Amino acid sequence: MRNCWESLSAYGLRALGRDYGETLLPRAGDITLCDQIVLIGSGLSWNLYFGMLAIGFGFFLATLLALGKNSTNPLLRRPSSGFIFLFRGSPLFIQFFLAYEAFVLLPRNGIEIDLFFTTITAETRWLTRAWAGALIVLILNTTAYSAEIFHGALQSVPKGDLEAADAYGMTGWRRFRRIVWPTMLRLAWPSYTNEAIFLFHATTLVFFSGFPAWQQSGDSLYYARYLADQTFNPFVAYPIVAAYFVGLTLVIIWIFGAVNRRLNRHLPQQAPRLRYRPQLIR
Amino acid sequence: MFSFCTDPATLPDWQWFACYLTSGTHLAFYWSFGVVLLLIALAAPSALLFGFGGALAARSHVAPVRVLGKTYIAMVRGVPDIIFFLFVPIAIDQGLEYLMHHIRCPDWTQPVRRGAEFAVCAQAKVPLSNAPAWVHDIYSFGLALVAFALVFGAFAANTLYGAMRTVPRAQLETAEAYGMSRRQVVRRILLPQMWIYALPGLSNLWMILIKATPLLFLLGIRDIVYWARELGGSKTSIYAYPHGDWRLWYFLAVLVFYLLLTWVSERVFERLMRRLSRGQATAAGERLRRAAA
Repeated sequence: MRNCWESLSAYGLRALGRDYGETLLPRAGDITLCDQIVLIGSGLSWNLYFGMLAIGFGFFLATLLALGKNSTNPLLRRPSSGFIFLFRGSPLFIQFFLAYEAFVLLPRNGIEIDLFFTTITAETRWLTRAWAGALIVLILNTTAYSAEIFHGALQSVPKGDLEAADAYGMTGWRRFRRIVWPTMLRLAWPSYTNEAIFLFHATTLVFFSGFPAWQQSGDSLYYARYLADQTFNPFVAYPIVAAYFVGLTLVIIWIFGAVNRRLNRHLPQQAPRLRYRPQLIR
Repeated sequence: MFSFCTDPATLPDWQWFACYLTSGTHLAFYWSFGVVLLLIALAAPSALLFGFGGALAARSHVAPVRVLGKTYIAMVRGVPDIIFFLFVPIAIDQGLEYLMHHIRCPDWTQPVRRGAEFAVCAQAKVPLSNAPAWVHDIYSFGLALVAFALVFGAFAANTLYGAMRTVPRAQLETAEAYGMSRRQVVRRILLPQMWIYALPGLSNLWMILIKATPLLFLLGIRDIVYWARELGGSKTSIYAYPHGDWRLWYFLAVLVFYLLLTWVSERVFERLMRRLSRGQATAAGERLRRAAA
């Protein structure tokens, strides 16, 4: 049996790969409570990695997509609406499977791209790995959900604000950057906070959906399930991962609340408090 | 299925596909779509029932009941629902077996949980190990159903609780002024009016419920995801219908199934919303009134 320090050094970074700790995960008779807390905690780094990158990229793509859906040009509006429908209308779980099978079918040696003067080889092998393939799916998914939120907010930008911008002679990029975008963000922020929380929760699906866990390095729920299967006791591992996520949710609400206050700082009344309205799997 | 299917290797393409798509395993695949629909059809009303109980409990004047209701509503907040889907079935299963163990084998001296083992006596297994396969199937489906009802019930409770609080206070006061009892106010004024406020949230829940059904796969049930993986995987020539890796096409079919399901639901909810808005003191109701006038 290990003591807590030994578990920390053995499994603290285990989720990064087997070079960063014990090669083998703890086995049935040899699992301490500290092992469970440490191992699940190290898995949380995958959830953070997926969540933060997906939100980071998704935010900008969603702004573009929302503008596309809001456009009067059908060549922009139709594909944007179609993309949003495709990703919001189907389960994320199926999207993961579909993407994985599609990536597997790509030629293993990479795709030769002929650029007249030279050929480059696009590597495709990493697409079947979770860190890249699943991240792409998560980015596209959160882009669709966030775009729908931003589109709703774009439509409720007060008419007076736009007229005032016109009166000042603002057009194009300047009008968007200084009037439309800040107001859109301000209006969308409470819903966007929910979407962010929702996305972090959705990252737990990655290692259950086709993408294999390379060298047994997976996310927190992957380890929780491993430990629950090994000990045949669901009453320890699952509450631990649940507690981690409650903590993570509180941190997200705190960060997004700070941004919310900044977005609303020019308004006379206090910014509305963010309320987390929980939603489920997509 | 068809009379010409006896030797698939010699068939022309369209006949080969006709036979392939009606093979026994494919029929099981089609049947599993029915299982998904059945789960939705059973989970939605039971979740609504749980939600109703939770919302009423959270409004109760008896403190312990209120705390219970609010705890239930808060339970799934902040925790990914997939954790509940993994946790609830196995927790219930072990709970049942533990209970049965104490009823059927009272003179068993060893502890049930020994190290990494959960050992109950043979008579306490749920279902009994000699039970026919369909009993095991129904049992695991039932556990999944309970997990869905419990998780979605908490969300429905949240929605209904909010809707009950949005019903204009003046309406309830008027009813009280007419001398109605608390019960009568709830039954005659509150419940009929809350639906219009609850519907947007409930329709959202319905969509989410549809999109959560592939998680059945995680609970070890042979659902569409299971069959899509099984059937799509490449088959060598020892199989009657050899083919390459077709999983992509199977998952595309599943994707289209879900897109259709959500698309149809969206249409239905739009109509329902119009129907319920009639005569209500809401923006949509006002618009309907203007359009008619």
